[in-house]
Amino acid sequence: MSVNPDWYLGLSVVLFSIGALGVLIRRNVLVMFMCIELMLNAANLAFVTFARMLDDIGGQVLVFFVLVVAAAEVVVGLGIVVAMFRRRATATADDLHLMKG
Amino acid sequence: MTGLLGGLATASTAVHPTAADVGVFAVAAALVLAGAIGVVSSRNPVHAALMLIMTLFGVAVLFVAQHDSFLAAVQVIVYAGAIVVLFLFVIMFLGVDRRENIALEPLRVQRPLAIGLVLLATTGLLLLGQISGWTTGAPHVAGRAVSNQSNVALLGRSVYTTYLFPFEATAALLVIAVVGAVVLARRPSETSPSETSQSETSQSETSQSETSPSETEEGARP
Repeated sequence: MSVNPDWYLGLSVVLFSIGALGVLIRRNVLVMFMCIELMLNAANLAFVTFARMLDDIGGQVLVFFVLVVAAAEVVVGLGIVVAMFRRRATATADDLHLMKG
Repeated sequence: MTGLLGGLATASTAVHPTAADVGVFAVAAALVLAGAIGVVSSRNPVHAALMLIMTLFGVAVLFVAQHDSFLAAVQVIVYAGAIVVLFLFVIMFLGVDRRENIALEPLRVQRPLAIGLVLLATTGLLLLGQISGWTTGAPHVAGRAVSNQSNVALLGRSVYTTYLFPFEATAALLVIAVVGAVVLARRPSETSPSETSQSETSQSETSQSETSPSETEEGARP
């Protein structure tokens, strides 16, 4: 028997918080993306733990889908970063103020 | 963290984990947290990507510890092998692999506010989970996760029967993502007429009918 599931869920909460903190305080767009990956991984860990707690394969299938969606998200997101860098030559979120009047 | 200590107290009723289980969990959790803090606090984006690999590997170890070997393999192959390499490729491609001053913050209130909000939310979530017992759902709705069959067989049967429509929708999503990435990665002067180069684009379009296509392409390149 593995460790109590509560510990896994607590770790998942802490990992998600660190990711959210990174998105909020970092200004480099690429690092913000990595922090989004951290949050997705925290959700994955929670799903796998719930799958074990409830003895339900649905949680594991959902992790599978999250992985695919994360891959698609990274491809499109990095495409946006490259397109943005071509126009502005910056990877800092503060320099993107095209909509500012 | 108080929630975790409370969780330890309630764990005595369940089957007791062995010392090896606790050790694996502790090492993997330390890897995950150290990597996550490294991602947030490293100045160089390349270091952040390498720290992200550490976190992903730790999560994969935790998947194995919960008898979920297939997803652990996919985690290492897809995340550490493909997504982080893509990150590193873009970092090198853009040439932003240099140190940045993370002490600089134009909005003074943002950093303390963000830390305070995140701490509040974390404490709230841990307490809420501890009070509510974390799960309230009905067990094995989509099929059992633990049986004498292998994890891969169970997962595959579930994906191709219960979750067939989401699986097909995922295929469509991947195609859309690939098309979107190709459109985004094309040269800006050829695809989207921006507010600055709109007149240039229309001029180059009119001149394209007069001159040969190869010459226009040369001229349109910045």
